[in-house]
Amino acid sequence: MDEEYDVIVLGTGLTECTLSGLLSVEGKKVLHMDRNDYYGGDSASLNLTQLYRKFRPGQEPPSELGRDRDYAVDLIPKFIIASGELTKILVHTDVTRYLEFKQIAGSFVYRDGRISKVPSTEMEAVKSPLMGLFEKRRAKKFFEFLQGWKDDDPATHQGIDLDKDSMKTVYEKFGLEPGTQDFIGHAMALYLEDDYITKPARPAYDRIVLYTSSMARYGKSPYIYPLYGLGELPQSFARLSAIYGGTYMLDKQIEAIVTDSDGKFVGVTSAGETVKAKQVIGDPSYFGAGGDGKAGKVRVVETGKVVRAICILKHPIPSTDDSDSCQIIIPQNQVNRRNDIYIAMVSATHNVCAKDIYVAIVSTIVETDNPHHEIVPGLNLLGPIHEQFLTVTPLYTPTSDGAADNIFITRSYDATSHFETVVEDVQDVWKRVMGSDLVLKKREVEVQE
Amino acid sequence: MSKQYQFKLVLLGESAVGKSSLVLRFVKDQFDDYRESTIGGAAFLTQTVTLDEQTTVKFEIWDTAGQERYKSLAPMYYRNANCAVVLYDITSSATLEKARSWIRELQRQADPSIVIALCGNKSDLAARRQVTEEEAKKYAEEEGLMWAETSAKSGEGVTEIFTAIGRPGVDLNKQATAQPGQEACNC
Repeated sequence: MDEEYDVIVLGTGLTECTLSGLLSVEGKKVLHMDRNDYYGGDSASLNLTQLYRKFRPGQEPPSELGRDRDYAVDLIPKFIIASGELTKILVHTDVTRYLEFKQIAGSFVYRDGRISKVPSTEMEAVKSPLMGLFEKRRAKKFFEFLQGWKDDDPATHQGIDLDKDSMKTVYEKFGLEPGTQDFIGHAMALYLEDDYITKPARPAYDRIVLYTSSMARYGKSPYIYPLYGLGELPQSFARLSAIYGGTYMLDKQIEAIVTDSDGKFVGVTSAGETVKAKQVIGDPSYFGAGGDGKAGKVRVVETGKVVRAICILKHPIPSTDDSDSCQIIIPQNQVNRRNDIYIAMVSATHNVCAKDIYVAIVSTIVETDNPHHEIVPGLNLLGPIHEQFLTVTPLYTPTSDGAADNIFITRSYDATSHFETVVEDVQDVWKRVMGSDLVLKKREVEVQE
Repeated sequence: MSKQYQFKLVLLGESAVGKSSLVLRFVKDQFDDYRESTIGGAAFLTQTVTLDEQTTVKFEIWDTAGQERYKSLAPMYYRNANCAVVLYDITSSATLEKARSWIRELQRQADPSIVIALCGNKSDLAARRQVTEEEAKKYAEEEGLMWAETSAKSGEGVTEIFTAIGRPGVDLNKQATAQPGQEACNC
């Protein structure tokens, strides 16, 4: 342990493991540690024993739920957008060799008390029960406009400037009803609230195109999901890092982040020993999150809270055509909130639970001091809930960018339903650590036959 | 008609018992006296063995990439492994103890149908032997494991153990395909 490293990484969540893998491939000497005896940190998938140890200390998992090893219950509900940024990283680093993916079977949206499939093309929009006859025509024109858009062909712009005109202007041009705007903005562009409406339309356009192109890729939904749970993702990047020389230590308590008299990072103390490195990267929990500063300097600040209810069901979610997996979005306007409520459900098809068990996570950003009450509209859609594990998790963001002290802190996993913001964080930390943009190169694969 | 099976094979054992050297001998028929601790660059290595005229087995061989050193092997490593080669060094009794604990770990974490071979490596150093053939063999028999001594350095026993470990998986697979209604293993 008297070796000196280029980078010490603390916490084995997806963000940290992705960075660790990419840094090792780049030739950096990485030491990666975690206080838990399992991989994944806040983005782990737990077996039944681990799940009960976390949420019901002292209580044994009921035997009727089946074998412990059949379970991989995600702590954060996120899916991978098929054409999104995480998919690009998975492909470019070749970690797809360690993983198998399945589609998420359906994407649904709540409107006026019922749930319906999210239309993703003008064809589907025309068939959707979400809209009346005239609204369908208007929506069809809107989707045709989006699909026909070419930056260099003004004839396709129909007088709209995506970089100047707001999304409100675009909706109004096509005369779309507020309810239709809700499902386009929330179930397709995947905005959590309505701030986007008054801003230039370009990002919303990009997000809708991402949704429809992802949808077109596999057909049933825009999402894919790794077999055995999301926890496979950090594990696969950790293996990538190890193959390129990264050193892994689980079950290591971190006692102190050591700095010099200027406050610059020196090393990390674990079991009384200090390991030195030039830089440190870590998740907020290693940098005083939630603390008062007594146990170490607080370098993160709370920006909000997410409430998540992990629900074990013995049936598929009603009104989803018995889908083995799905996402349901309840747009905020529909239930008089500022933030959407999400439901993400997976099942034995994804090797995350025993046969005939379904695992749904209902989540939203906390707006009141009664978070459990806030997710009731989501819980009500699930039918009988066999077991429920509730968490209210603070979201942390670093107080500095690390330029002055070589301490680079990642963000907590937010309430979005996908990994796009996680990749943004990876890119952001990479740039701060390396001083240049993350450029994905196709990895040289050693071909052996 | 000839048939190719594809099996995931994982290697386990204490650091420096010769896991990477054994694979290097098997896959490339090479040996390097001063091989450093595993730093690879390959996701996994593959090698094909011929069992008989009709049957070949392509092994997808996973090395620990050093993650065993601080007990940090991910569950992903054991996932869907068809075969495991657990190594000890015949010149060190302590490495056999370590092998026993890896075998317990496999019995806990891996699929129950996994075929496990216990391998006493460095048989070229028999003069410094600490683990007798009888002792290791007896333990292997008790646990229902295959057993062999190998030398990655001379090549002795290497192809033999990889050929032997492919056989039960193939038989199991044939049985499964021969009985309609049962799902074949997914390889």
